Amino acid sequence: MTETTPLLKVTDLVKHYAVRGGVLRRRVGTVHAVDGVSFTVGVGETLGMVGESGCGKSTVARAILRLVEPTSGSIQLNGLDITHLGKADLREHRRSMQIIFQDPFASLNPRMTAGDIVGEPLSVHGLAKGEKKRERVAELFDQVGLRSDQMQNYPHQFSGGQRQRICIARALSLGPDLIVCDEPVSALDVSIQAQVINLLIDLQRRHGFSYLFIAHDLAVVAHISHRVAVMYLGRIVEIAEKAELFANPRHPYTQALLASVPVADPKKKSLKPMIDGDVPSPINPPSGCAFHTRCRYVMDRCKVDTPVLAEAGTKHQVACWLNEGTGRVTIE
Amino acid sequence: MAVINYDSELRRAGAHSTHGWRKLTYLARRHMLGSIGLVIMILFVLAALLADFIARYDPLSVDSLQRLAPPSAQHWLGTDSFGRDVWSRIIHGARISLAVGVGSTLLGSSIGVMVGLASGYLSGWVDLVFQRITDILQALPLLVLALVMTAALGPSLPNVIIAIAIPLIPTVARVIRANTLALRELPFIEAAKSVGMSETRIALRHVLPNTLAPLIVLATAQLGSTILTEASLSFLGLGIPEPYPSWGRMLSESAAEYVRTAPWLVIFPGVAISLAVFGTNLFGDALRDILDPRQRG
Repeated sequence: MTETTPLLKVTDLVKHYAVRGGVLRRRVGTVHAVDGVSFTVGVGETLGMVGESGCGKSTVARAILRLVEPTSGSIQLNGLDITHLGKADLREHRRSMQIIFQDPFASLNPRMTAGDIVGEPLSVHGLAKGEKKRERVAELFDQVGLRSDQMQNYPHQFSGGQRQRICIARALSLGPDLIVCDEPVSALDVSIQAQVINLLIDLQRRHGFSYLFIAHDLAVVAHISHRVAVMYLGRIVEIAEKAELFANPRHPYTQALLASVPVADPKKKSLKPMIDGDVPSPINPPSGCAFHTRCRYVMDRCKVDTPVLAEAGTKHQVACWLNEGTGRVTIE
Repeated sequence: MAVINYDSELRRAGAHSTHGWRKLTYLARRHMLGSIGLVIMILFVLAALLADFIARYDPLSVDSLQRLAPPSAQHWLGTDSFGRDVWSRIIHGARISLAVGVGSTLLGSSIGVMVGLASGYLSGWVDLVFQRITDILQALPLLVLALVMTAALGPSLPNVIIAIAIPLIPTVARVIRANTLALRELPFIEAAKSVGMSETRIALRHVLPNTLAPLIVLATAQLGSTILTEASLSFLGLGIPEPYPSWGRMLSESAAEYVRTAPWLVIFPGVAISLAVFGTNLFGDALRDILDPRQRG
């Protein structure tokens, strides 16, 4: 977790989608999927990213992997700007970053055997062939806790957890530095979730790569992350070390999120929901602070000025006007 | 009261066997009509392949002494106005029907697959251009388009195959395009991209194999209509030229003049056409149910 050379450095990442309508397919609006996101991920570090659905988490993931072209901003991997790399160069750099998707059912080609799926990246990059490839695939299978005699099976013959293991093996095959996990356990049973999370942690210890771990489940994020970023409507509203964020949430949205985590104690009365209503549409996001429509501490200023991420303690950044000078907000 | 154990019943019937003879017999029992269609198709293919052994007479040899002979032990299905054996001509006609049917379906499907893949996968202006051409082709009925094509190209076997294949392209292209559009959004395609695979490799290795089931279904369904179109073209005098035995031409030669005096000249080629189309359609329907239950209806 060296601070000096972050593995991944994302600066002012913006992704807007055009909304077209009418006969002439003219631009009638813009979806502000990601609206100026900056963060870093250190070597061997796990950055958790949480937020409601539609807040732009997955778009951030896809933009980092250049699966969608960012509108503006820059993405640096190992100190190299990959935002505008051409096809051939990008191909080389894809080896250092891989992705694991949410839906283990749709992320495997149903017409290929598990062994072929895991081995394909090796042939695409000309890393191994024939018997050598088979050995490498068997080794990867072993690493993710699958038996090598399952290589001939097709995806539909595996359970959800096993399929996610195949996805992990595929991501590992190229020896990446960064693995982006886009809600990798959301589609799995709770008991399986823990197994997969522990496998991910275990693999990180062994190989030393970094994770950008996207989820909406705070408990999962708390378990795996070193630092956590909270996203709301295309922006990061708070980012801090895990322990600090959970102990000391500064942004009203983070506070509301933490308060809404169910507690496994029937005697403990749940807190009053600190947030209601729905996420506003990203097509016409609210002016000023995007959260002002649902914030219980809303001030006049919040409707006009957009707060930016500012230091609010050690390695703790928050984008909220309440933190300007006055310090932290208390939960009532 | 008898308790039915559905699981053991299904197992006994072979529903759980994944391959082999049991699965086949199970499917045959489930899809009775489809099996009949398959049998008809097999007979049809055998007739085409073994025509020289089954035919008994040369389909082209003229026998002026036996003109318009009714069905008999000597000429099972009678003879036509030139004294040619109808049975032999129908058997040999199967060759032409099969060649045209399979040939044009294969040609039309392969072009359609390429157009559909390119259209769906590349999208943008490629898609726009291909789709507008497809619209134009689809605006004309299969037969009319094939008619114009043969009239322009001239009647011969390769030309008939081309003429029937071209109107097939739009349907195949549409199906493949729709499938490609749906597949393109799936994470395994994104995963392939993030690995650094080329677009061509993704299209051929990941998209194409997943569109094969509907393609096979579609091709089988179209086989019947291509056979019918060939017959229609030949009936109109634009198909396979004389003296080769095409079912459609056999009908057109005799329909007007001999329908009263020598009905076997009309009935038997008609039955052959109907059976072939009937067989392929039955089989196509069953295949659709088996391979692609979602497309039912």
